[in-house]
Amino acid sequence: MKNFKVLGSGCKNCINTVALIEKTAAELNVDVTVEKVTDIADIMGYGVMSTPGVVLDEHVVHAGGMPTHDMVAAWIKG
Amino acid sequence: MFQIFTQLADFVTFDVLSLTAGSRLGESVHFFIEDVTKIFTLLIVIIYAIGFFRAMLSPERVRKIVGGRSRFISYPLAVGLGAVTPFCSCSSVPLFIGFLEAGIPLGVTMAFLIASPMINEVAVVILAAAVGWKVALLYVAAGLVVGIVGGLLIEVLKLERWVEDYVWKIRMGETVLQKVNTTLKDRLAYAQAQVKEIVGRIWVYVLIGIGVGAVLHGYVPQSFFVEYASADNLFAVPMAVIMGVPLYSNATGVIPIVEALMAKGVPLGTVLALMMSVAAISLPEMIILRKVLKVPLIATFTAILFFSFVAVGYLFNALLT
Repeated sequence: MKNFKVLGSGCKNCINTVALIEKTAAELNVDVTVEKVTDIADIMGYGVMSTPGVVLDEHVVHAGGMPTHDMVAAWIKG
Repeated sequence: MFQIFTQLADFVTFDVLSLTAGSRLGESVHFFIEDVTKIFTLLIVIIYAIGFFRAMLSPERVRKIVGGRSRFISYPLAVGLGAVTPFCSCSSVPLFIGFLEAGIPLGVTMAFLIASPMINEVAVVILAAAVGWKVALLYVAAGLVVGIVGGLLIEVLKLERWVEDYVWKIRMGETVLQKVNTTLKDRLAYAQAQVKEIVGRIWVYVLIGIGVGAVLHGYVPQSFFVEYASADNLFAVPMAVIMGVPLYSNATGVIPIVEALMAKGVPLGTVLALMMSVAAISLPEMIILRKVLKVPLIATFTAILFFSFVAVGYLFNALLT
């Protein structure tokens, strides 16, 4: 099962990103886990400065803004 | 080139709504319609164009570019890149930590944080469209100088002790710079996403700014500004800066107010000092920065900005009148 982490200190875009991943996974009928990482030291540990960032199975796949629906779908399927 | 927006506002205000030209309501509504159509059209076109050419820089890239350079280069670079790097204020904290972690001096980092909200390429183009290129260039020049001077002062005063201790302990992982897809389809999708994201974030401020500008334009008589905000009144500039502090807006949102005030004959220095203050000093930004800066540093930072903006206001008023 794929594990997503959304990096961000709780701003609106971070919350929306979590919702987008959960919604897209439900549409595709794929089980994923989505975790919120809000601790600044942990976020920086991934090398991300502009939030929200997305980590898929411990690899940073996105940083600095909401990902698009297509991008999320590609991560879930890929 | 912008005549079309004036004509559109003429048509809607005087023909469709049958308001009288020269009446208070008529003038306010005209200002509102013209600015809403003009500014939002410009916003969308400019952001789309910049997004399409992928000219937008990420904070991660700026960190790589500025890190490890001598101060003669890093200060101008920091304010210059601060002006063209879009980032949401919720990213100020990771950006601040990331810069320090890369060995970028505190002064240079603060210079970036001062310049960034004050100047951005979108606001500069819209400012130029509203009040002319000369004013826009003066604003940019003043903003860059304030950023460098503010950063240098923080460095000279050795304020590193007022940075929260945990900041120095954070170690950053290897930054992964985003791969850029350069197919036409990706560029278009990216540009569209940028428009949605940025306009979605600032439209409220812009709309409120236009509303305030429209009321000033239609309802506040010129004599009011002549009496209280002329260059002879030495209190006008500091008052403008103080009034700008509690007002929280994006730089683009202040432009309609700048436009209305200039049309009423308020001197340029006073107006630009207000614009800088609204864009750069704000309570929400201070609260966010409190996570990494101790209170004395925030107070010093605010004081430096306050006096810089007042100095800019006096200087322009003295030189240009």
